[in-house]
Amino acid sequence: MSTVSAPSRRWRVGRRSDVARRDVSLRRRVPVWVLTLVVTLVALAWVYPFAWMVSASLKDQLEVFSAGLDLIPKVAQWENYRRAWSDAGFGTYMVNTIIVTLGTVVIVVVRCAMAGYVLARYKFIGHKTMLLVLVGTLFVPAGYTIIPVVEITQRLGLLNSLTGMVIALSGGGQVASILLYLGYFRGIPRELEEAAIIDGAGFFTVFFRVMLPLAGPVTATVVVLTFLNTWNAFLLPLVFTFSRPDLRTLSVGMQAFLGQNSVDWSGMAAAATISIVPIVLLFLFLQRYFFDGIAGAIKS
Amino acid sequence: MTASTTGAPATGALAPRQGPRRIGTLARLWRDRWIYVFLLPTLVLYGLYTLWPVAASWWYSLLQWNGFGSPQTFVGLQNYADVFRDSLFWNSFKITFLFMLVTVPVRVLIGLVLAMVLNHPRLPFQRIFRTAFFLPVVTTTAIVGVVMQFVFDPASGPVNLALVDSGLRDQGIDFLGSSSTALWTVMGVHTWKWVGVTMIYWLAALQTVPRDLQEAAQVDGAGTFKVFRHITFPLLMPFLVIITLLTIEQNLQIFDLMLTMTGGGPYYSTEVIEVYIYRWAFTTSVPQLGFASAAAVIFGVMLLLVGLVQLAGVRAARRRAGVV
Repeated sequence: MSTVSAPSRRWRVGRRSDVARRDVSLRRRVPVWVLTLVVTLVALAWVYPFAWMVSASLKDQLEVFSAGLDLIPKVAQWENYRRAWSDAGFGTYMVNTIIVTLGTVVIVVVRCAMAGYVLARYKFIGHKTMLLVLVGTLFVPAGYTIIPVVEITQRLGLLNSLTGMVIALSGGGQVASILLYLGYFRGIPRELEEAAIIDGAGFFTVFFRVMLPLAGPVTATVVVLTFLNTWNAFLLPLVFTFSRPDLRTLSVGMQAFLGQNSVDWSGMAAAATISIVPIVLLFLFLQRYFFDGIAGAIKS
Repeated sequence: MTASTTGAPATGALAPRQGPRRIGTLARLWRDRWIYVFLLPTLVLYGLYTLWPVAASWWYSLLQWNGFGSPQTFVGLQNYADVFRDSLFWNSFKITFLFMLVTVPVRVLIGLVLAMVLNHPRLPFQRIFRTAFFLPVVTTTAIVGVVMQFVFDPASGPVNLALVDSGLRDQGIDFLGSSSTALWTVMGVHTWKWVGVTMIYWLAALQTVPRDLQEAAQVDGAGTFKVFRHITFPLLMPFLVIITLLTIEQNLQIFDLMLTMTGGGPYYSTEVIEVYIYRWAFTTSVPQLGFASAAAVIFGVMLLLVGLVQLAGVRAARRRAGVV
């Protein structure tokens, strides 16, 4: 019988003070509003660092230190953004990041969709080997391969260029994307392709006109996840731009900014806000695809 | 192991050789030429940037090699001997595993609690909460790391201001500047940053638990705890293994946050293996690429072992799921 009163406790495990836990036996169920209140407070604490960052980006350089925990700046200092954008070079970094991200997304979608399609639909010599190798290297981390990647990029003469960065980022890994396409194409009925072939469509046409358009939802997920990974990539862009500061991406630029202006907190906060806003906006508008992509790892 | 022996005779290993072999290998390759054209981009890119690097690391680890473009001398297993003798390597080895041992259970548990709360049928604003808890996941780790240096600043960072203002402390704690707290601080930030992923895993898992079943049990008089213990939990067990293993894999890769928050310091107290490799390969005055490669190979073997355990774990979970 004692367990019947216990249930209410479990919704608050680790989230409530001991005082609240002691009188739990007084109530049989936690009212929903209490739960809502607790979750709201935790959620606010969760996003607080970002609120602090945006707030600091609008304060003047002294106010950041003196105003303490006050989040609302006295007067919004947009000049911080100008400083970050032009003086600290975040305008250039933004352009570099956009070029690298878009280039990588396009290459990854095309190559993974094509590979996923043939692996799902056809048996050919090397089919099994290829699947085995792909799955076997699903988790090769960037930290492990970075030295040979730099070496080979240098041999190809692409080390200090955005092209080299795009090729390296779209070449490494991405096995998960191939598997996503593979799973999806496997589920599409064969009749569709056969109908197209009867109508005289070739291999190429069938894929680009029939199959790829059908795979819209997978493409959306792959685009979103690749965008996320590339926008946030750090090690590879860092190592690829040691001798070319003008080719830095946002994540690398931030590190450099800190090295040069460690006292300019508001400029730093503005630069961080500039770098993070695009990816956060993308997430807010396309949440479903983010969640689908992440949850896909569990369902497969 | 047993699965492969039962599978072999059924597929008929002899069939391709003696059975109807209508066309020769070359003709088959020619017939399938479009397939290979489609695979070409992946074969080239993947070969150059994933397969070749994995193989090359092994070769490089046998070389004395002081910088890209400089001569390479074969030194055999010397680098491995040096790595194993380096106490800082073992230090980073220890830190990497300590990090994993602490953050994985915490992440899995908090993720489950968050998911169960957000899955509560009567909780309002579920989607807004889910967005809030997932938000840190999408932000750039390297930038969050830099911002966190300021958030945990001993004098003017908001965390210390809150501690001092509320009277909990007389003066701020140098979270990242002291070797006794730096690692724990990064662990905390890492968990905050990534627990949203684990939460989504658990939410996906919870969706497979039929709500009717829970409600039926409740009608029969079982309390929330009993429902969890006897219905939800057993159904979630197979997922627990998979989610834990995915989280392990992710928590072994912490370079971005470590380098930007602490750079491996103070006094190497947060130098995980990835940062160790990076330091020897890119930031010492004379790069030790062979030595760094040897450390990378050891790291890779370590991950492979984790991967094998993972495979075994998933198999066990599948079997268990079949039984349940």
